[in-house]
Amino acid sequence: MTLPDPEILIQQITAQIKAILTPHSALIGIHSGGVWILERVLADLNMDIPYGKLDAAMYRDDYAQRGLKSKNQASWIPFDVTDKHIILIDDIFYTGRTTRAVMNELFDFGRPASITLAVLINRGGAQLPITPQISGANIPLNSDQAFQLSLDTLGHFHLSVEQLNAGVSHV
Amino acid sequence: MFNPQLNADGKLQHLLSIEGLPKKILNEILDTAESFVGVAEREVKKVPLLRGKTVCNIFFENSTRTRTTFEIAAKRLSADVLNLNVSTSSQSKGETILDTVNNLIAMHADMFVVRHNQSGAAHLIAQHVPPHISVINAGDGRHAHPTQGLLDVFTIRKYKPDMHNLRIAIVGDVLHSRVARSEIHALTTLGVPEVRVIAPKTLLPAGIEKLGVQVFHDMKAGLQDVDVVMMLRLQNERMSGAMLPSAQEYFKTYGLTQEKLDLAKPDAIVMHPGPMNRGVEIDSAVADGEQSVILPQVTYGIAVRMAVMAILAGGSQA
Repeated sequence: MTLPDPEILIQQITAQIKAILTPHSALIGIHSGGVWILERVLADLNMDIPYGKLDAAMYRDDYAQRGLKSKNQASWIPFDVTDKHIILIDDIFYTGRTTRAVMNELFDFGRPASITLAVLINRGGAQLPITPQISGANIPLNSDQAFQLSLDTLGHFHLSVEQLNAGVSHV
Repeated sequence: MFNPQLNADGKLQHLLSIEGLPKKILNEILDTAESFVGVAEREVKKVPLLRGKTVCNIFFENSTRTRTTFEIAAKRLSADVLNLNVSTSSQSKGETILDTVNNLIAMHADMFVVRHNQSGAAHLIAQHVPPHISVINAGDGRHAHPTQGLLDVFTIRKYKPDMHNLRIAIVGDVLHSRVARSEIHALTTLGVPEVRVIAPKTLLPAGIEKLGVQVFHDMKAGLQDVDVVMMLRLQNERMSGAMLPSAQEYFKTYGLTQEKLDLAKPDAIVMHPGPMNRGVEIDSAVADGEQSVILPQVTYGIAVRMAVMAILAGGSQA
């Protein structure tokens, strides 16, 4: 499979995000890949936009099976989300369960005016009526595979496909 | 060695004492607590981790403060909370501890928070309950009070992140303090190089040096250049017999005043597990002073208790 250059995908979604920004917009990155992309998008936009970071580990539906990762990051939203047009940023969209958990958490901070989901790649496989409004690429992947997004020391993104062991589900 | 606190996979199953907990699990609890600190600042001060679970506070000994903080922690995790003040109910009618516990198991409780004036009560209950139930020791006799020890360590880490470079003094009634033992275990496990205890001989347990601490009877010498001063409550209610001349005399020798605190490092923090005896172990001016982190300890205590409950609930079915 030929994979797209994630640097180009980021440019594309940054342009699409810029097109829908209003004075009441705010960006929120989803830990951990979404936060990397958020930071890049903010740098590329070079505008004064409120932003925050969410880790929805405490809101996940598979918590009883997986428990908490001890390295789950504290959610950090330093602005009032009420009446804001929130743009959620994540790296890969798959089942939609992370997005569901993130939206639940977000509503505990206040009542946003709207929520838009922007992702680098939509890999298909949604299990909930949730779909990204902005995506850099649509690349279907088998359930025994996963995208791996990495950031090198120079700040460049790299994309690869990882083969998962049989029987391991990846959400 | 069999450790009743860990399950077969080495995960935390019960929290009974800090003694015997590996460094990895201590750090897991402290790191997890970090992510709960901000929950109290949200519009909705709750996360749904323990939704549908029932947490039972079984207090065979009264402790309003500890019970309240466990109750708030469980409620912020969305659990249902039952408070049982057993000292005033079934026990007085002759029911045994395990009968009380069996009744609560039959009511489908998922977690027990246990306080008892006898050492080992929480261990006894932990060994008795089925594997899907977790037990947290909220203080047993003179033995342990692990969440208090953890919240103290969490507070120290917040203000003094480099634990490998600290000098910490624990001052006061170490003999009757279950907190002091929990703290000493946690601090030495996490690599604090120098832990001092400062107390009169009558308030120190025999062989305290074996825990890896330095003993001082002179408070001024003991406070010299420390980064953290942890005051202990003078346990009036536990004191039987004449161990001390008088409260006034104790304050003169071992009470923390600004003058004595000035012997510590200029940025030293002052801690106290509460409830405080103002004018006995600590001067009001110090308790309310700039170096005091006594109220942040209370706030962090809720995050730490949330972390312990979340880890126990998440690991039980994995």
